[in-house]
Amino acid sequence: MSTTAAGVIFILVLVAALVAVYRPFGDYMYRVVSAKTHSRFERGIYRLVGVNPDGEQRWGVYARSVLAFSAVSILFLYLVLRVNWALFGPAQDFPGVTDHIAWNTAVSFVTNTNWQAYSGESTMTYLSQMAGLAVQNFVSAAVGIAVVVALVRGFARRRTSELGTSAQLASRTLGNFWVDLTRITVRVLLPIAVLGTIVLIIGGAIQNFTDYHTFTTVAGGEQTITGGPMASQEVIKELGTNGGGFANVNSAHPFENPTTWTNLIEIFLLLCIPFSLPRVFGRMVGDNRQGYAVVAIMGILAIASISLTNAFELAGNGTVPQAVGAAMEGKEVRFGLSNSATFTAATTLTSTGAVNSFHDSYTALGGMMPIVNMMLGEVAPGGVGSGLYGLLVLAVITVFVAGLMVGRTPEYIGKKIGSREIKFASLYFLTTPVLVLVGTATAFATGNNSTALNVGPHGLSEVLYAFTSASNNNGSAFAGITVNTPWWDTALGLCMLLGRFLPLIFVLGLAGALARQKPVPASEARCPRTGRCLSAWSSA
Amino acid sequence: MTVTDVAPSEPEAPSSPSRVGGGLLDPKQLLRSTPDALRKLDPRTLWRNPVMFIVEIGAAFTTVLAIADPSVFAWLITVWLWLTVVFANLAEAVAEGRGKAQAASLRAAKKDAMARRLTGWAEGKAADAYTEETVAATELKTDDIVVVEAGQIIPGDGDVIEGIASVDESAITGESAPVIREAGGDRSAVTGGTRVLSDRIVVRITQRPGESFIDRMIALVEGANRQKTPNEIALNILLAALTIIFLLAAVTLQPLAIFSKEFQAAAPDTPAINGSGVSGIVLISLLVCLIPTTIGALLSAIGIAGMDRLVQRNVLAVSGRAVEAAGDVNTLLLDKTGTITLGNRQASEFLPVDGVAAEDLAKAAQLSSLADETPEGRSIVVLAKTRYGLRAREDGFMPHATFVAFTAETRMSGIDLSENGSTRHIRKGAASAVMKWVRDNGGHPTTDVGPAVDAISSTGGTPLVVAERVGTEPARALGVIHLKDVVKQGMKERFNEMRLMGIRTVMITGDNPLTAKAIAGEAGVDDFLAEAKPEDKLALIRKEQEGGRLVAMTGDGTNDAPALAQADVGVSMNTGTSAAKEAGNMVDLDSDPTKLIEIVEIGKQLLITRGALTTFSIANDIAKYFAIIPAMFAAVYPSLDRLNIMRLASPESAITSAVIFNALIIIALIPLALRGVRYRPSSASKLLSRNLLLYGVGGIIAPFVGIKLIDLLIQFIPGIS
Repeated sequence: MSTTAAGVIFILVLVAALVAVYRPFGDYMYRVVSAKTHSRFERGIYRLVGVNPDGEQRWGVYARSVLAFSAVSILFLYLVLRVNWALFGPAQDFPGVTDHIAWNTAVSFVTNTNWQAYSGESTMTYLSQMAGLAVQNFVSAAVGIAVVVALVRGFARRRTSELGTSAQLASRTLGNFWVDLTRITVRVLLPIAVLGTIVLIIGGAIQNFTDYHTFTTVAGGEQTITGGPMASQEVIKELGTNGGGFANVNSAHPFENPTTWTNLIEIFLLLCIPFSLPRVFGRMVGDNRQGYAVVAIMGILAIASISLTNAFELAGNGTVPQAVGAAMEGKEVRFGLSNSATFTAATTLTSTGAVNSFHDSYTALGGMMPIVNMMLGEVAPGGVGSGLYGLLVLAVITVFVAGLMVGRTPEYIGKKIGSREIKFASLYFLTTPVLVLVGTATAFATGNNSTALNVGPHGLSEVLYAFTSASNNNGSAFAGITVNTPWWDTALGLCMLLGRFLPLIFVLGLAGALARQKPVPASEARCPRTGRCLSAWSSA
Repeated sequence: MTVTDVAPSEPEAPSSPSRVGGGLLDPKQLLRSTPDALRKLDPRTLWRNPVMFIVEIGAAFTTVLAIADPSVFAWLITVWLWLTVVFANLAEAVAEGRGKAQAASLRAAKKDAMARRLTGWAEGKAADAYTEETVAATELKTDDIVVVEAGQIIPGDGDVIEGIASVDESAITGESAPVIREAGGDRSAVTGGTRVLSDRIVVRITQRPGESFIDRMIALVEGANRQKTPNEIALNILLAALTIIFLLAAVTLQPLAIFSKEFQAAAPDTPAINGSGVSGIVLISLLVCLIPTTIGALLSAIGIAGMDRLVQRNVLAVSGRAVEAAGDVNTLLLDKTGTITLGNRQASEFLPVDGVAAEDLAKAAQLSSLADETPEGRSIVVLAKTRYGLRAREDGFMPHATFVAFTAETRMSGIDLSENGSTRHIRKGAASAVMKWVRDNGGHPTTDVGPAVDAISSTGGTPLVVAERVGTEPARALGVIHLKDVVKQGMKERFNEMRLMGIRTVMITGDNPLTAKAIAGEAGVDDFLAEAKPEDKLALIRKEQEGGRLVAMTGDGTNDAPALAQADVGVSMNTGTSAAKEAGNMVDLDSDPTKLIEIVEIGKQLLITRGALTTFSIANDIAKYFAIIPAMFAAVYPSLDRLNIMRLASPESAITSAVIFNALIIIALIPLALRGVRYRPSSASKLLSRNLLLYGVGGIIAPFVGIKLIDLLIQFIPGIS
């Protein structure tokens, strides 16, 4: 079978799997977020934390809850990393993580970025990995989903009557953050993670607490073979579009991602929630076609991007690839060109940032694709939650201009897009470009670009990639740049922090503005929510 | 008579009622507005338009740079950047200029009239019971009583409380035919500045000093207190956000440029880039070309022109917000009479009974209607004449005839003719009343009348039975006249268009449900409200609004006022009462209820124009990237020269061409902004495809062509190439 044919089959299987789970998985998540009852376990958690699970929150309260939870998370993770306690497992004596790396890593994992300024297997103890990083892999993903659910509630809720203060009060609210967070973690992420771990172990990923083994190789050199609970870490890393690898080389490591099959499963895992969330959206607003419209746009963009990345890599432009016959530098032989390119596209289309090959070694155009994917705002399908809310914000802007063009005050799913909505949407899409541009320019202006491995345009790309990745909460690295200096850790940490929480506040503000509106009746003259309408604008 | 026309003297020819046209742009207007445009360069006023404010700062900055380091290129860019700002101001000034001309003619109407104020006046009091004094019209206060006689100008807005007069209102409506104003009822409102042509009226002033209708009109057309509409505010926020992004992109480009130039130290210095980075002039050119200057420049002109288009149709809107709401309307409440149907019912058919010749029936019907001055009566005379060639005779030729007038008690009218000694009585009226008359006069009700009457009623018509009694013979029924509501021509098509636009039309009528249903079906409205009382109207509006719909309606009576106030778009007729005019947010000076449909179209056109030009403006950026990026960086990264797909002559000519195009496109689009984009009612998806194609795709292609053409010309300027 030719390389191209194998790559195409790989992609087709992936698409088929995602199509197959769209409805059942989307429906399941819909039931989870709109359930009326709490399980006994969940009630226990609510009692422990001291929240009333039936109390509804307005957008300000919801946002404050998100921020408070995340602040505590950052602090807790920072402390875990600073101590870096090796309670069990190998007797590897890792020192506490240095302050600027601990800060950077704590922010990175809480913001679902998972930018790694450290090398996992030589820095983190098993306890830090599991009780520190993995916990954030779960809850930071749940926060993203919770926020998009709150935004969709803003679209779906209708202020039914002017009368009755309780009805009015209820309709201005967006749900309860603590309930959303708990349910998504307990009912969606945990079960799939357990199942996925077993599948990955079967596929050959390791799961143990053994000591690191040091061997003398045939050539006489010394080699250390790491152990660790890699399969369980790996699953949530992909499922929650986190991307922070157990090992430094991330999903290129044979213990994390041993075969083409595990490669396929991992790509599926990192795409399945973002691609199924539009179904939740459709169900919640009571019109499944809205979900199909959104997922169609995501799908078209994703397929275009994956195809282009594959095409550029297979073409293998450049002196060295031409000379050796293929652009295999930085790629694993067991995956090959195509399955590496597909992984790269998928990881940057979502906000995962896990890598199974080195983006820095891609051909010029192939290396451009991950940057383009991230700069598109990671909406096809984007990170868990963040992808859908990014796309919905984009839809709000698109519908605004398109709505004007059909001669109506623009409306989307029965909600008018007025100045308040546009204000929040504009602030949302302002945030990332500002962070990327200011960050990159500052790096050059202050000479901090000198840690880049390459000079010239390639060095420029490395710096731009780092800021794009951090600000978009992607976390993938172009590599080829030394970022564990205090300046880089601080700058990128700030980008991750602002790049996550500012948009998140604006999204919740938008949700609040939408929730307090009276619905506009469906009318013929509403902007037809077709892919054409949106894609024409999203490219602008 | 010195009356000035407010509206263009020749009414807009409604060649195609489905299309909203607009005024044309007179090139002389551009010239006339130039001083205003220059005045608007004042940063204190310009900062309200953030996009153009940035351009002005850029222009000022390049001026400094050009003085410090003069070159042909620097000065060219500087001049064109200033022109960009001036062109934007020009668009606004031209739009405002039209209003100013109208305001000037209105001011002429507001002459220094004198008022004859009455003190101690009360209805029915003798003339010596009150005193009269002459004061300036401006001194009048609310509730003052004034008297106006033929030839005098009414000193202020008010209600007639005594008398009846014909009034020339052409000063505000442009319509020269006089109108009748009388005490009591719905025709009591008079407007200050209009002239009494005959008789004498006593008026109670309802305006506060300085707030007369004409004062408000002047303020409106001048745009003195123009506020941004909600959509305009939202669009401004979006444009500001885009501007900030491009501003940052331009600023942060500098360190990257310096880095790139250092790396390629061997690359030659160009006017665009050297060791200290991209030159300030080029950076500002890039910024100005990328920020949405086209829509930023035209946005306020579009809004002003939208109001202006309404004024040209003799509609005054209280605010731009109302115009915008008109475009958003979901439900139109239309009064049946005058809007959907011609003012009155008309005779359409004579149905004889009992073997009476149709011509005899027509003759009798005509005779009985000769003295009937109601439109229905006249229509019977006309129908008899056109259908049977019967000439209507003048009253004077029939000295032996006695007319029996209609009364509410008898519900009949008719004529008694003395011919050859015997008297012929003809009666015409409601079926039950006439049949009773037949029975009372010895006749036998025929069985033919009942079915004919029922048939007419069931189709929504009004049956009138005609009967006669000659001498002492028993009375007999002759037949039935079918009075029909005549739906105006073209209404069905208009309602279809409304449906395409997603607007529901509801007919309001006092008729019974059966009649209402028939007319609603014939006119093609979506729904009707029969036997409607004013409070039903209000309830209907509330119900629609409860579902989130925007409602538009017209009205003129005092009892319409609550509904007008409740409606999102309430258009009151100029002939209506002051209460109605106060309650609505638009006044139609022509008092044409059909105009509501045009108002909706103008509102839509306003929104579409904004959306289309925004799309165009943003789509323009693509070509500018292809012009400027290679011009800036091709020296450092020679492979970027491949992006120069327009093959522009030199970096300087490329950048200059982009800047010139950016400025010229504003001027080129001013007529479109003022006129509004072409709008034909159609479904939303059709509209969207059409506008996306025209302004989206067109917006991508146009600058490629434009920039290339400009480049072909300016490359010959020495110092550019």
